[in-house]
Amino acid sequence: MALPIYASPLERIWHYTYLVLCTAIFIFLISPILVVIPLSFNAEPYFTFTEAMLTFDPAGYSLRWYDALLTLGMQAPEAIRDGAWWSDMWENSTWVRAAKNSIIVGFWATILATVLGTLAALGLSRPEMPYRRVIMAILISPMIVPIIIIATGLFFFYSNPCSIIGTECGRLTSTYLGVILAHTTLGIPFVIITVTATLSGFDQSLIRASASLGASPSRTFFKVVMPLILPGVVSGALFAFVTSFDEVVAVLFIAGPDQQTIPRQMWNGIREAISPAILAVATILVVISICLLATVELLRRRSERLRGVTPH
Amino acid sequence: MADLTAAAPAAAAAATAASAATLTTADGRPLKAALAAAQARAKRRAFLLVAPLLAFVVLTFIIPIGQMLDRSFHHDGFSANAPAVSAWFAENAQGTEPDEAAYAALAEDFKAMRENRTAGEAGTRVNYTLPETRSLFTKTARNADDLAPPFKEAFLAIDDRWDDAAVWQAMRSSSSAYTADFYLAALDMERAEDGSIRRVEENGRIYIYLFAKTFLVSALITLICLLLAFPVAHLLATLPMAKANLLMILVLLPFWTSLLVRTTSWIVLLQGEGVVNELFIALGLIGAEGRLQMIYNQLGTIIVMTHVLLPFMILPLYSVMRVIPPSYARAARSLGATSWTTFRRIYLPQTLPGIGAGSLLVFILAVGYFITPALVGGADGQLISNLIDFHMKNSNWSMAAALSAMLLAGVLVLYWLYDRLVGIDNLKLG
Repeated sequence: MALPIYASPLERIWHYTYLVLCTAIFIFLISPILVVIPLSFNAEPYFTFTEAMLTFDPAGYSLRWYDALLTLGMQAPEAIRDGAWWSDMWENSTWVRAAKNSIIVGFWATILATVLGTLAALGLSRPEMPYRRVIMAILISPMIVPIIIIATGLFFFYSNPCSIIGTECGRLTSTYLGVILAHTTLGIPFVIITVTATLSGFDQSLIRASASLGASPSRTFFKVVMPLILPGVVSGALFAFVTSFDEVVAVLFIAGPDQQTIPRQMWNGIREAISPAILAVATILVVISICLLATVELLRRRSERLRGVTPH
Repeated sequence: MADLTAAAPAAAAAATAASAATLTTADGRPLKAALAAAQARAKRRAFLLVAPLLAFVVLTFIIPIGQMLDRSFHHDGFSANAPAVSAWFAENAQGTEPDEAAYAALAEDFKAMRENRTAGEAGTRVNYTLPETRSLFTKTARNADDLAPPFKEAFLAIDDRWDDAAVWQAMRSSSSAYTADFYLAALDMERAEDGSIRRVEENGRIYIYLFAKTFLVSALITLICLLLAFPVAHLLATLPMAKANLLMILVLLPFWTSLLVRTTSWIVLLQGEGVVNELFIALGLIGAEGRLQMIYNQLGTIIVMTHVLLPFMILPLYSVMRVIPPSYARAARSLGATSWTTFRRIYLPQTLPGIGAGSLLVFILAVGYFITPALVGGADGQLISNLIDFHMKNSNWSMAAALSAMLLAGVLVLYWLYDRLVGIDNLKLG
């Protein structure tokens, strides 16, 4: 924004103060995320920039913390790095196992949340939907209710899920299914919000046009509706995945030792002795979130273009 | 759909005839009924699309929370394991001195509890109402074989607390499976020996203080977020779209980055040997001895939570500011208003919907925050969620449930307010 030509000197001073202030706030927002990246290559076990790092001496940098990530929990980390070493790492490395768990749980939770959430969003955006406001409020509430309350409730419920029909059956605590269901619930609000937002710009007469041309409802859905709302659905799915990928409290309460995820391992790492290996994980996660953000931004622009919303 | 298309020619026919009393469809049904049926069908279809998700959320979210809340006023640990003395309490009104019949009933219960090993369960329930009674129960159950008439003397031989009116009052209030005792405790209150309700001693009042602290800290964080978000959102809203989109990435990246990553980063930045302290020392702002303690305390909680919640304030503010026409401000200036008056009288009132939406959202999220205070809060940065976690870890489940219920009630009131003022439909993510 340019300063108007009639601005007084005081207004000029204020304008530049304002720009400096904004820059400072942007630095506040972004520096904590960027600072971990160089520090994760620190050759020393410190959390601050060493002199060697500041002078860009290659000796100040190393990949030792990334190596530490892979070798933690391995049976023979010192062995020669042949096929056996790699399979040992794939099977036993604590962080690799955590990553596998995170991906399994995140994948299924995302699929469930996206399918159920998209269907519901289609219903919610129809003008004739009854009790729309109340149902929407209920479906969004997992995002609003404090996570500790949800986790506490699930902890009791999962220890005997059949109690609602008055019988006893197995437990859902310490199972993959339990964690997946919990993460699905937490991801649903994000899918609902993004897909209903996409559908709010959707021209309902396209459905009638398709029907009048003889398409069946399912054909209309897959050939007309789906391509138009796909960007919203994919953003919703990414949101749901990130929610699951970053969730720790429900995992703390209901997961067993076999379902340890990356955030759960990080939680341990932060609570106990914090080592620079955590920074290596953090760096990997930052890179992943940059990729996800880029994807979502591209999708958003594509969606706006498809819907004819021109950026002004 | 078919009925509606059929209705159009029928209506036209009816209009030309102008004699029909009621409009009918081609197949002779009244138009009104046909329309109502079609609408009902459309309603059902819409609802059927939502039904699977609604069922899922009820099953995995509403019912678990409902069950948990049930624990906050329902605990049959004592009443189920000590039925005889519970019956005595039911027959004898409040204030009756425990007679030999009461002690006999209690002895009968203790023998059963010893057999079933449930004295701990019953004691746990009484312990909620009167601390340090669980050990009394387990000890008495261990010696239950010594209980013989006269029972009162036998009980007093095991422990002289058995003629303490407070113990009997605690058992009386435990003798019903439904109780408000957990809520009383969560409000820093207790029952006196005569059953009246009073506040606990000064140094035992922790819950109300923590609730008040949680709300105050959340309000402070909301205020800081508003102060930081306002200029940034204004800048983003007034810049050309291409530049604004570029800067928007700086806001959205933290939003997409793992909460644990951001918390880790702040620990790295703020700890004693951390980047900020080293920078201050290098700049000569502080001496090597005077390293600032910025993390593992309340300050740490506030800094990190502000950073985490700031995007939730910027995004709604930005979406409101972007559609404010700049011509209003120019008109005010041309009519002689100073820039301050223009801001105060013209611009600020138009941003109020964004301020309301962002503040409510940030406040709601802050009140229930758990992870950040747990990791960087240290001793004095803990909030009410952390206390719920503490009670859960100590298997103090009813207490955790009562505190959860109160926190949930607060959050739901705010959520309702948000829906009324802002509308859930207007919740946006990026």
